[in-house]
Amino acid sequence: MSKDIAILGVGMHPWGKWGRSFIDYGVTAARAALKDAGVDWRAVQFVSGAATIRNGYPGQVAGATFAQALGWQGAQVNTSYAACASGSQALAAARSKILSGECELALVIGSDTTPKGFLAPAKGERPDDPDWVRFRLGITNPTYFALYARRRMALYGDSIDDFALVKIKNAGHGFENPNARYRKRFTAADIAASPMVADPLRLMDVCATSDGAAALIVSSLDYARRIGRGDAPRVAAISTVTPTFASANIEMPDIATDSAVAAPAHSFRAALPAKAYEEAGIGPSDVSLAEVYDLSTALELDWIEDLQLCARGEAAALLRSGATRVGGRLPVNASGGLACFGEAVPAQALAQVCELTWQLRGEAGARQVSGAKVGITANQGLFGHGSTVIVKR
Amino acid sequence: MSGKTERPFLEGWFAKDESGAHLVGSRCTSCGTFYFPREGRFCRNPACQGEQFEVVPLSQRGRLWSFTNACYQPPEPFIAPDPFVPFPIAAVELEREKMIVLGPVVEGVDVGALRVGMAMELVIATLSETPTERLLAWKWKPSA
Repeated sequence: MSKDIAILGVGMHPWGKWGRSFIDYGVTAARAALKDAGVDWRAVQFVSGAATIRNGYPGQVAGATFAQALGWQGAQVNTSYAACASGSQALAAARSKILSGECELALVIGSDTTPKGFLAPAKGERPDDPDWVRFRLGITNPTYFALYARRRMALYGDSIDDFALVKIKNAGHGFENPNARYRKRFTAADIAASPMVADPLRLMDVCATSDGAAALIVSSLDYARRIGRGDAPRVAAISTVTPTFASANIEMPDIATDSAVAAPAHSFRAALPAKAYEEAGIGPSDVSLAEVYDLSTALELDWIEDLQLCARGEAAALLRSGATRVGGRLPVNASGGLACFGEAVPAQALAQVCELTWQLRGEAGARQVSGAKVGITANQGLFGHGSTVIVKR
Repeated sequence: MSGKTERPFLEGWFAKDESGAHLVGSRCTSCGTFYFPREGRFCRNPACQGEQFEVVPLSQRGRLWSFTNACYQPPEPFIAPDPFVPFPIAAVELEREKMIVLGPVVEGVDVGALRVGMAMELVIATLSETPTERLLAWKWKPSA
């Protein structure tokens, strides 16, 4: 039996700093997805919300909040929290419901309103919280991105010019995306002129935080065929594996890796797509395009290698060859990525799936990847959460 | 000098004895896995059921795995000097423990002087000051 589900509709609220409630953005995205799918909201049997810990009542970022705003109609409901991978876990919950036969049609939704500046820990003296410890020492999120970037420079000879090239490429992609927050082309001089945040990364190398929302309408393949949408893009794999002890990389918010004296060190980022490829029966050579979590420019290069789209240490060469641009052999972040969106945590993993869906339907306009058949996403967040989704046509 | 009191920003995480400054870790007596911060209840190696730990000093020296310079003032609970001064942060790989530990770099070391792979050693130094006290932390310093 196929373990695929159909993506009937996708919708987003444009990313930005709009100063409104996350509910507003979420309903906008949900209504757009419903319209795109051509299904009535009242036919939706399962609402799967992606959560984050923010916004007034911490528990309000939840599936039921969106269901109420869309008009309570008695659907079953779920809420998933997995930091940056919340959207993928919400999608996985919908897939399980559909594949078990408990429902045929589901809404998956993520939306956020983010504060300005560095993401910071909760107030108070809390030495038991690793987030409190690292911020007390002055270790912010960009610190980790910078450590990875500097490590690439030392191991593989990547340069700050390579990192700038990632920004120039993604800015060019996002310039063509009406849902992107930053729609401005960049030159190397623009990037070099931006302030240093965490050496070697400048402000233009590090992603912002944004408001935004993304929604999917997904269904069983039978349902899709019945409404004449048997050719809709399909979710072929969802990986939400935990890391495997011992951690090879220093991971946010930790101040140390695991000790690898009794067990070998494993890369968490590399484990996420490995499980998805296995589940989909699809290999890296089948991939037409990738949407990866470019929290920093340099991190995009790490992800390209973690996705096995090139050998370890060769992502910068792939970038320089032009292969990862739209029009190249293997476009990465055709949407513009986080560089152009900024991070809206519970919406971001779903936004990646929205982009793949538009691309596989040939509806991505000026940023269209020609002949796209298989797309893959990758993201990682705090506390051992991460995900990869494979979408195929 | 002022009559400020000194205290570690975290109690029991680092110490200094006749052999010098070190982080205070723990070690599973079953599988030998080291922990920093200390683990005292359950070993996290999935192949180990260990619940006995010994408190151990971690290696004072290691190799620089990577580094950065914090150029923007971090948010609270970081206590920033006024005006804020950028400072380097080091990730140091400890050979015996096979682990990487983060920490600020001591004052007076420019980020331009750091190289991945160089030898580093741990010291205890002032992390930040309030009007009444001086908070101490571990910091990394290029080895002489």
